[in-house]
Amino acid sequence: MKIPIAYNLRNLWTRRITTVLTASGMALVVFVFAAVLMLAEGLRKTLIETGSNDNVVVIRKASESEVQSGVERLQASIVETQPEIATGKDGKKLVAKELVVLITLPKRGTDKPSNVVIRGIGESSMALRSQVKLVEGRMPRTGTAEIIAGMSIAKRFQGGGIGETLRFGMRDWMVVGIFDAGNTGFSSEIWGDVDQLMQAFRRPAYSSVIFKLLDSSEFQKVKERLEKDPRLTVDAMRETRYYEKQSEIMARFLRILGLSLTIIFSLGAIIGAMITMYSAVANRVFEIGTMRALGFQQKSILTAFLLESLLLSLIGGIAGLFFASFLQLYTVSTLNFQTFSELAFTFSLTFEIIYQALIFSLIMGFIGGFLPAVRASRMNIVDALRAS
Amino acid sequence: MGNRPPIVVIRNLCKSYFRGNQVIQVLNDISLDIDDGEFLALMGPSGSGKTTLLNLIAGIDKVDSGIIQVGGVDITSLSETELAQWRAMNVGFIFQFYNLIPVLTAFENVELPLLLTGLSKKERRTHVETALSVVNLSDRMDHYPGQLSGGQQQRVAIARAIVTDPTILVADEPTGDLDRVSANDVLELMERLVHELGKTIIMVTHDPRAAKMAHVIKHLDKGVLNAHPQTDF
Repeated sequence: MKIPIAYNLRNLWTRRITTVLTASGMALVVFVFAAVLMLAEGLRKTLIETGSNDNVVVIRKASESEVQSGVERLQASIVETQPEIATGKDGKKLVAKELVVLITLPKRGTDKPSNVVIRGIGESSMALRSQVKLVEGRMPRTGTAEIIAGMSIAKRFQGGGIGETLRFGMRDWMVVGIFDAGNTGFSSEIWGDVDQLMQAFRRPAYSSVIFKLLDSSEFQKVKERLEKDPRLTVDAMRETRYYEKQSEIMARFLRILGLSLTIIFSLGAIIGAMITMYSAVANRVFEIGTMRALGFQQKSILTAFLLESLLLSLIGGIAGLFFASFLQLYTVSTLNFQTFSELAFTFSLTFEIIYQALIFSLIMGFIGGFLPAVRASRMNIVDALRAS
Repeated sequence: MGNRPPIVVIRNLCKSYFRGNQVIQVLNDISLDIDDGEFLALMGPSGSGKTTLLNLIAGIDKVDSGIIQVGGVDITSLSETELAQWRAMNVGFIFQFYNLIPVLTAFENVELPLLLTGLSKKERRTHVETALSVVNLSDRMDHYPGQLSGGQQQRVAIARAIVTDPTILVADEPTGDLDRVSANDVLELMERLVHELGKTIIMVTHDPRAAKMAHVIKHLDKGVLNAHPQTDF
């Protein structure tokens, strides 16, 4: 039978200063570990939620993103005649030929310039993105130098607020509306009339054509037709897949960087736990000797000390996760390496991250506690009793 | 009690330790019988091998040669795991410094050896309450060792030693850390255990008053045993 868990819990409580200090070290590592995963998850979620599964993005063959893509006017016209395209309430086809241009704008407060995506939109662009809602002002009129800005842009960039003017493409553009795109990448974009923007930036071709499928299951059929058409040099993919691809490199980079840092930190925390557990064993030699004399097996002593180390790490893990959960209140903005645009997103804590962080802290506790626990279990009973 | 076989039989027991490269012979060809229900005191100068002999009888140390039988079991032939199981069922320990677990209450300390038995929680509670009532500490079962006097702590330790109803009780200087009054209380309690409950106690002591309580006193000197029967019951 095992040594009662009250023995471990009360020992941790008795040495509470050491317990708190050791658990704090572990909490810090778990905090960093969870923060990295939350950052990568937040980025992934933001970009994936940006897309809709019924929408198809058509870009130039082999281009990674809309920024690198170019779809000639003639090619765009062929794409928009596909029979699988859904029709909106107004009887118009739900298809938009869009332009994506990157510009730099100064941020509010710091004057520091940062990349921003300008999206030239068509009549159906708004209808294609149900997650985008105009929250203030009105839509830009066709043929005018009017724009609407995502909430994240309005908040963080100079001239991004309603009624303000932004200068790019050698023109002044008036912000006539603010849109809320929820937790998606569109929040970090500026939208204006596609034809006006093409003229301003002297672009002869669209960046992409986006359309909604009448029947989602017909995607493969339309994809094959578009990609095999000899007049076209395009790739067609579901919008969700397109944005997922956008997040892959960035999320991988964040994970590798963050996890490398975490591993280095965790070595410190493991050594901390090991020192704490070695001192716990050294301070309780007579208790170990007594319990062995009473008949507790070596494996019971091993389990008890290992359990104590695991409890210590679990306290650290829970504390680390508790503090990391507050990160969800913060919005981070960073440069998306694949689109070179500014992207705002929040840390996202999922059950999978909680599970991974707790497992990670338990692994630290196990490694830190194993050698001291082995030492405790192998102690000679007579020597241990003599120590008292 | 003369007709019953001895509870402890020791034959040709030898034990030595290494100190560096030097071999120290601690016990030399010891043979001893201890009867069931006997209160035996082991005396002798420091380093004479008293505690070593006690540890060997209690199964927490290994012999070099010879045989120790306790309750008919040759404990020298048991493996480490078997020996631990055997101790849990057959030996009650009383230490000089009580060796109570400071983070466990008196009740939990007494319950500790019972966790190694198959008893249910309810049965364990009954056994612990009985053991604590034998040592007159029923009202202190929720106290931690730090909240008890030395004498009370030693009585809790005695309750822990008797709670499994072991074959033998081994006591190493049980009064060595106690004042005169507490020491007398503990000795009287041990005498009661022998007289009223028929326990077998093997006690190592320097204290002549403690030894007076014993039926038989054995003197160890330089690893050799000399018998000095004190009282004839």
